[in-house]
Amino acid sequence: MTKRQRERLVRAALYVVLGAGLIGLALVADWETLRRNFFDVAIAREMFPGVLVVAARNTLLYTALAFAFGLVLGLVLALMRLSSIGPYRWIATTYIEIFRGLPALLTIFLVGFGIPIAFGTRWPVLLQITLGLGIVAAAYMAETIRAGIEGVPKGQMEAARSLGMTRTRAMASIVIPQGFRLIIPPLTNELVLLIKDTSLLFVLGTTPASKELAKFGRDLLANKANATPLIVVGAVYLLITLPLTQLVAVLERRNARAR
Amino acid sequence: MPAEAIEIRGLRKCFGDNEVLRSIDFHVGQGEVVCVIGPSGSGKSTLLRCVNRLEEPDAGTILIDGADITDPEADVDLLRSRIGMVFQSFNLFPHLSVLQNLTIAQRRVRKRPRAEAEAVARRNLERVGLAEKLGAFPAHLSGGQQQRVAIARALSMDPDMMLFDEPTSALDPELVGEVLAVMRSLADEGMTMMVVTHEMGFAREVADRVVFMDGGVVVEEGPPDAVLERPVNERTQRFLKMVR
Repeated sequence: MTKRQRERLVRAALYVVLGAGLIGLALVADWETLRRNFFDVAIAREMFPGVLVVAARNTLLYTALAFAFGLVLGLVLALMRLSSIGPYRWIATTYIEIFRGLPALLTIFLVGFGIPIAFGTRWPVLLQITLGLGIVAAAYMAETIRAGIEGVPKGQMEAARSLGMTRTRAMASIVIPQGFRLIIPPLTNELVLLIKDTSLLFVLGTTPASKELAKFGRDLLANKANATPLIVVGAVYLLITLPLTQLVAVLERRNARAR
Repeated sequence: MPAEAIEIRGLRKCFGDNEVLRSIDFHVGQGEVVCVIGPSGSGKSTLLRCVNRLEEPDAGTILIDGADITDPEADVDLLRSRIGMVFQSFNLFPHLSVLQNLTIAQRRVRKRPRAEAEAVARRNLERVGLAEKLGAFPAHLSGGQQQRVAIARALSMDPDMMLFDEPTSALDPELVGEVLAVMRSLADEGMTMMVVTHEMGFAREVADRVVFMDGGVVVEEGPPDAVLERPVNERTQRFLKMVR
């Protein structure tokens, strides 16, 4: 047998194993039970339009708030890390190292319960959400933004300065816009992570109007004693995240072409 | 007599333990074109970059039109806006169109209104023969075109003088000519120019004076035909033999 024939045989065998496995699974599976528990059309239908106009809307709102906060604080931290003033660098580095190493759930508890217990004041829930998720997100984004700024060739700053721009002006008009272009893909990935992290927010307590997707699905799961709501909610998550990951791919291709 | 455009006395610059400029005296007169030549590592680019303080000198004074720019109180940004600089690697802003490349500093630094900045930009693009590239992005231009846009960008600030840091070294050979032609026409218009270059032909034909540097010192200087054809110093002779 030649090497080529042997390779063909191995490929064929792999397909046979796959096919046999799938057929076996299909024969063994209890389709009716699966359908009833995971794909109950009546239950799924009942979830609309709430799953979209309440739950998905809340997920997107919480994500947007945390992302905006994380982006602004992340930019500030990135610029602090690149500062020529030592203490600014140290503060930023400390912040980033601490909050990158903590689970978001911990900061959510901190903002939602730690602060009220310590100071006796409860912040508005949207502020709790923004901070609870945004504090950790900012630490990640700071590192991404810093990488973007450092990825802009040194000659860009020099050219801007040689035209008489101040350092700040050159940063704002020349370096940061280019840096952000470089990091749109990793930033979008962080957006996707944030979307998923909103599922932790239920620990803050919810009202029917403030449920995000995961909590919405979980409550219906208990309510109906059926897993269909989780499937529907999962599909909605994918409806949001898949276009974003596709967008990243498109942008990366376009970036590659622009270089 | 008006002050020299650039006057440098006793300039020293170190990178760590490496002393790249060892007490340089150097000057460029008003309207003069001075070409600085020399082997790589001779300090010629560093000298040029000290003139607009992209490099901070360690010692010495630099006078621009008679004003000391090494003075800590000097307004470096204002100074730089009056000195055009052209880089070896063009350094156009890739996220901006050609027109925006030419207007951004005019508007942000000179505070010119948009219409005026754009008119100046158009005029300078015409000057370098690229009026039709106004809306293009740098990535879509050839190296030679990018460098001509970079020259137009510097000119749009109405500089008193221009610094060129090996402006043709990153170009494919067939694109060198178009950039040198633009520089030549600038020189003909009476622009004060300091040009670090390896283009001996350009130095011979366009320069009023040629300065040969080696090992961080000015070894020899004078009119181009003297320095390039009948160099006195043995190091100059050796260098010219090598580049020929």
